[in-house]
Amino acid sequence: MDFLYELLVQPFADMIFEPLFFIETVVKGLMAGVLYSLVALGFVLIFKASGVFNFAQGTMALFAALTLTGLMEKLDLGMPHWMLVILCLALTVVVMIVLAVVVERFVLRPLVNQELIILFMATLGLSYVLEGVGDLAWGSDVKVLDLGLPEGVWDIGGVFVEQLDVIAAVAAGGMVAVLAVFFSKTRIGRALRAVADDHQAALSVGISLQQIWVIVWSVAGLVALVAGVMWGSKSGVQFSLSLIALKALPVLILGGFTSIPGAIIGGLIIGVGEKVAEVFWYHIHGGAVENWFAYMLALVFLMFRPQGLFGDKIIERV
Amino acid sequence: MKFRTMAIAAASAAAMVAGAGFATVAAAYEYTVPNLVYRTGPYAPNGIPLANGFIDYMNMLNERDGGIDGVKVNVIECETGYNTKVSVECYENLKNEGESGALIFNPHSTGVTYALIPKATADEIPILSMGYGRTSAADGTVFPYIFNFPATYWSQASVFVKYVGAKEGGMDNLKGKKIALVYHNSAYGKEPIKTLEVLAEKYGFELMLLPVDHPGQEQKATWLQVRRGKPDWVFMWGWGVMNQVAIKEAAAIRFPMDHFIGVWWSGSENDVAPAGDAADGYLAGTMHAPGRDFGAIKDIITHVYDKGNGGGDLDRVGEVLYNRGMLEAIFTAQAIRNAVKIHGTKEINGKQLRDGLEVLTVTEESLSADGLSNFMKPFKVTCEDHEGAGLIAIQQWNAKDQKWVLVSDWIEPMTDIVRGLVKEDAGAFAKENNITPRSCS
Repeated sequence: MDFLYELLVQPFADMIFEPLFFIETVVKGLMAGVLYSLVALGFVLIFKASGVFNFAQGTMALFAALTLTGLMEKLDLGMPHWMLVILCLALTVVVMIVLAVVVERFVLRPLVNQELIILFMATLGLSYVLEGVGDLAWGSDVKVLDLGLPEGVWDIGGVFVEQLDVIAAVAAGGMVAVLAVFFSKTRIGRALRAVADDHQAALSVGISLQQIWVIVWSVAGLVALVAGVMWGSKSGVQFSLSLIALKALPVLILGGFTSIPGAIIGGLIIGVGEKVAEVFWYHIHGGAVENWFAYMLALVFLMFRPQGLFGDKIIERV
Repeated sequence: MKFRTMAIAAASAAAMVAGAGFATVAAAYEYTVPNLVYRTGPYAPNGIPLANGFIDYMNMLNERDGGIDGVKVNVIECETGYNTKVSVECYENLKNEGESGALIFNPHSTGVTYALIPKATADEIPILSMGYGRTSAADGTVFPYIFNFPATYWSQASVFVKYVGAKEGGMDNLKGKKIALVYHNSAYGKEPIKTLEVLAEKYGFELMLLPVDHPGQEQKATWLQVRRGKPDWVFMWGWGVMNQVAIKEAAAIRFPMDHFIGVWWSGSENDVAPAGDAADGYLAGTMHAPGRDFGAIKDIITHVYDKGNGGGDLDRVGEVLYNRGMLEAIFTAQAIRNAVKIHGTKEINGKQLRDGLEVLTVTEESLSADGLSNFMKPFKVTCEDHEGAGLIAIQQWNAKDQKWVLVSDWIEPMTDIVRGLVKEDAGAFAKENNITPRSCS
């Protein structure tokens, strides 16, 4: 009886009688969800354009953040901080574009028309290579990432909101808007979608597969940079950053692997869901459910919508 | 730094190959001391200084004294990535390494220590889980090859409660207080729970348990619980990124840092750096002093770093985890000396080293001789007591000066309570595994 009360009554009573705390939980869930979405976005971009699940996306976020902090350490020669930040951000963008070119030339190009599982395995290998290169180039220490982003907390009527989370939300929103326009309104965006549908058909109508892959991996690299910066600002830049990819998987299952809005909505649902479950059903499970709850939630969605909330429904003639 | 590490690894590999090539020539006897390290992976920021402190001290002994009593120490690092399965493979691969065989293992992980307890006991190789691992392994009658001196997690938990009691104006004032334990949801993080539950009952404070799943990159829900539960104090048993995020999240809910105490694995420079000024005042337990103003460290700099052989960056020497790795090496060396004295031969094996560990007596004089005056407090290991019940201090982070400062006296654990719990748990383990406790008399 007590169990049923704690499962079905108490959590909802707490939400009603502690409205401010409930609001704060939801707000923090939304903010965490935005951060998950940032990682999921990178996956979606590459999946959308090539049908490949890029296992290296989390490591790309780590690599981008490591490169940024590493460059900031090396180039800190007395110039104003804002100038150093802009210079290093620009250089990191260049590094991520170069990485995209290298990946296309040495990983993807030799594997054109191979099974998707082969490409997936290649990204698995790429993940290890990037971790190793990042370690060799910049070391394994925890690096403090100081971009001058606001770090304080706003107390809005008793609800605490971290300023950095708000910045992340704005960044994610801006990126989604730009990417949505890019995919639907530009010639390159349409070409990206054509490549995703069929490599050979895209080639036959004159779309350069190489060019498209470089573009999409570059964009995914930029998204990884933003994700790496946001996560790295919170925990310091360190190798555990690559594990944030695990947070993106349930988001992708829920939102759909091919939908940019899905990545955002999925992230928000996972973020809020896991926070509310962890906090308000604490008496039942005793905590530490955030990780598996996200997957459970995603699996429940999977039962009813295998393609995710916004994913493309696959219909194949047999 | 990594390049230097690689150079050391390459040189070691070359030395091993060269050694193999001259196997027919009478090779000098060496003490083989494997070290399970994690210089890569998510826990590398903590694993690197631990590994550097250990290998630098042993290299210093080899350079300064020609080894331990004239016998060189061969430290063989095995990279585990803080992975239990890989660590066990490392153990199996290295246990018969060298003429002496592996003399001792430092698992650097509570989970790995648990996994190695039956293996090391069967192989008669001591495990030094210094200040971590299975607490009840302090009972040497049941765990003859496992050592966790100078103090265990349970002792540390009791010291935290004593410290809080003193800050609250007496142990009686703990009644009605609330203490939250934010812990790594693993064998390691769960270690102090039992002791804290017993102490909560004894002193009448409420204990709030808040687990955090590996790796701990996202903890908002945990700290929402703290905000909601309004504990008076928070203890933390964290490791790796969990520590850094927890300190940041605590700051984000404006939890007072001087009421937030981390276990000694949550009290390094790495843990407080990302939070910047917000970490100012954060507390942590410690078994030794921070800093580099000690003879042992000066010798390391002179004999190792000045000759370009350091394991890491010179400016990281003296950090909390570096000093801890060095301390492991110092105790290992001391135990080897003891074993040589007991058995009258320099060619010892793991079983004989165990005897050396069981008479490890750290005094003010021995600390001074090791260049560690004022570094820690004396303690004594015996056949029965593998913990030694050493004293524990509380250190506080000064963000302005970027350094840890001791802010308490050296506090004695509640040995009466902890020893009882150790006996009870070890007894249950012995019964479960059909172990007959050995006699130490």
